[in-house]
Amino acid sequence: MQPISVDVVQTKLSEFLNQEVYLHLETTNGAYAAHRFGQPMAVCAYIRNGKVQFERATIAGDKPYRVGLKMADGWIYAQGLTDFEVDAKGRLLLAGHDEEGRLAVSLQLSRTPFPMSVLDEEGV
Amino acid sequence: MNKERHVLLVYPHPDDESFGKAGSVALYTQAGTPVTLICGTLGELGRNMGKPTFANRETLPYIRKKELEEACRVLGIDDLRLLGLRDKTVEFEDPEWVADKIEAVIRDVKPSLLMTYYPKHGVHPDHDALSHAAVIAVKRLPKEERPVIYGSAVTHDARAVLGPPDVTYDVSSVLDTKLAAMRAHKSQFEAMFAQMEEQMAKSPEARQQVEANMSKEYFWIYRIDD
Repeated sequence: MQPISVDVVQTKLSEFLNQEVYLHLETTNGAYAAHRFGQPMAVCAYIRNGKVQFERATIAGDKPYRVGLKMADGWIYAQGLTDFEVDAKGRLLLAGHDEEGRLAVSLQLSRTPFPMSVLDEEGV
Repeated sequence: MNKERHVLLVYPHPDDESFGKAGSVALYTQAGTPVTLICGTLGELGRNMGKPTFANRETLPYIRKKELEEACRVLGIDDLRLLGLRDKTVEFEDPEWVADKIEAVIRDVKPSLLMTYYPKHGVHPDHDALSHAAVIAVKRLPKEERPVIYGSAVTHDARAVLGPPDVTYDVSSVLDTKLAAMRAHKSQFEAMFAQMEEQMAKSPEARQQVEANMSKEYFWIYRIDD
């Protein structure tokens, strides 16, 4: 991944407007947050392959960034995004990494489902 | 260490087999004992992405699979079984269904020893879910065919609740192999190794302390009542 370029990400977000797309949305402070890192509890939430459609998509902020996706009946939101990648499959991967490079938040969009197990793919 | 016919490792994530256990595994394989590793998931939802980051959420499982294969090569594990479960979801699957998968491997390799996390003392929900399923699988066997279960108890209160470990292995003779297996999990352990090396560089005493900690591995025998 590379540091977020607002223009590139905004252009890419707009390409996903007004169509059914697959969403991966996640935030985590790590499974061992409470056990090893002194935090009150491990906190994580994720959706993999939520099928969504949004009519407005905006990146805002300045290192880190926020993204809001406006749907007909609701919102999708992520804060703390630092890095992005458009991968070979045309998927937009956004992530927020802490100072140790650990993933803290992730928002990803794809026109095809994200794999549930890469073992299902050929040659893996 | 007891001579075993076959050792079966049952862990949910790539790196579980190395962290706190790789020395024991190396002692077994060096003694000529065949070792089979069941790895439940590919750690798809790990938050460590390497330092500096070289993985992302979608490339991570491919990378961790390769890292796991490298760790197996280092440790002399030549039988790796991937269950294809998904990170963080094991506890939500039907335990009997997960146990079916483990039971099939047990019936195939007929282990005399099964190593997993100690039930309810694994800290990570996937650890506890897979050790629970492993116990279900072992219970299905006739008593005389059941492998001994070595559990890793990693909760802070393990010793208070379970007492001292039943088995302590001195793995100082294979410490290099253990470290190499851990290092194979580059995406997960690079940051930790950096901290460890920083610690060891402080003084010879600090180095000795880190090495002493790494040289002991502890297991609690999980006893099935019926």
